[in-house]
Amino acid sequence: MVTTAPEAPSAAAGPKAPPAPTEPAAAPAPTALEARLHALAGSVPDPELPVLSLAELGVLRSLRVSDTGHVDVELTPTYTGCPAIEAMSAGIEQVLREHGRDDVTVRTVLSPAWSTDDISAEGRRKLAEFGIAPPRPHAADGVVPLTLTVRCPHCGSTDTELLSRFSSTACKALRRCVTCREPFDHFKEL
Amino acid sequence: MTATPMPPTAAPSAPAATPTDAPAVHTAALALGDDALVLSHRLGEWAGHAPVLEEEVALANIALDLLGQARVLLSLAGDEDELAYLREERAFRNLQLVEQPNGDFAHTIARQLYFSVYQNLMYGQLAATESALAPLAAKAVKEVAYHQDHAEQWTLRLGDGTAASHERMQHGVDALWRFTGEMFGPVAGLDLDRDALREQWTARVTDVLGKATLTVPEGPQSGAWTAGAGREGLHTEPFGRMLAEMQHLHRSHPGASW
Repeated sequence: MVTTAPEAPSAAAGPKAPPAPTEPAAAPAPTALEARLHALAGSVPDPELPVLSLAELGVLRSLRVSDTGHVDVELTPTYTGCPAIEAMSAGIEQVLREHGRDDVTVRTVLSPAWSTDDISAEGRRKLAEFGIAPPRPHAADGVVPLTLTVRCPHCGSTDTELLSRFSSTACKALRRCVTCREPFDHFKEL
Repeated sequence: MTATPMPPTAAPSAPAATPTDAPAVHTAALALGDDALVLSHRLGEWAGHAPVLEEEVALANIALDLLGQARVLLSLAGDEDELAYLREERAFRNLQLVEQPNGDFAHTIARQLYFSVYQNLMYGQLAATESALAPLAAKAVKEVAYHQDHAEQWTLRLGDGTAASHERMQHGVDALWRFTGEMFGPVAGLDLDRDALREQWTARVTDVLGKATLTVPEGPQSGAWTAGAGREGLHTEPFGRMLAEMQHLHRSHPGASW
């Protein structure tokens, strides 16, 4: 049986979730089983950017297995209102079920807030390969000025211009390459 | 929001937690959650009507961010669906600013400018507190920074654009000015430096309007009963019609779900 917290997978209700079986202070190192299940959950593709896995996107926060075999997964949304979180939860439950884990709770946590810096180097490479300019790393806190150069994922030119601050999803901006004239999505820094 | 199954006998006017008998943090979550929910709905009304496709997408994305914030905040105050769909007008605690009709595009941008600058500063302060709302504020402030950038860039383009765009932008800025004072009022459960909030908001808005060759309105920022009362549940006339549209599906089909 797959159980979810009462408010999941309607997501975003992190604070309403039942208190986590918190391990005070230093959480114990993951067991071999936890590491294996974590890798499985992390291999689930992002529903909107299927070239990326949840691990590469950096949204899988933790996975713990209790003494009774219950699996507790912590997931964090990219954007507060991102509807993909529900599909992510379902994907994690499914892959764990396929590996014999039926007692699974996927909880949404907000803190610490997800940042595009949480996307792995491999994730950035895959984004660019997919035609989406990856987010630039943060030099400091705050929004990176959109006037900084974003490289065209098609031809590599740095001569690109912003068309719209919001694109196909909230996490992307729409840009155009001045050199090759192709429009492309840019994963905005968050 | 997803519709959650409810007993068919649920009265459509099921009272939601009222600020008077709820902990202060509920009051704060309700106020901020209602701001986000109501503005999200207003922005959603642009779908199919925005001047260009890019703006249609942008406004919908901003609306989605706000809806996500509203879901977290309302869930802190009670059941998100009951609060959104089954409360009467007088039980909503949003600012009157966010319930104002969209008007033309410049009018919407003026509303976005006033509200996003406020929300950015407010969430920024809130994120640094011990409040139960701090985790949401820390996340949302990063999203709102883009909303503010969007509003400011459009204010510049319209204000410092053609004579027609300038006139419309000035009109929007003027018309909504009287709803701005309420943003700096006290809210139970929100421990903010309201003087700093007002000061920084005024400085930023003045700066942007100046660069956009627009005139900062001089009239009162609140007046009589028409402004300054949204937090107490007193709303302007257009809000009732907006709520009717927002709530009618859920009320007509209790318990419906996807």
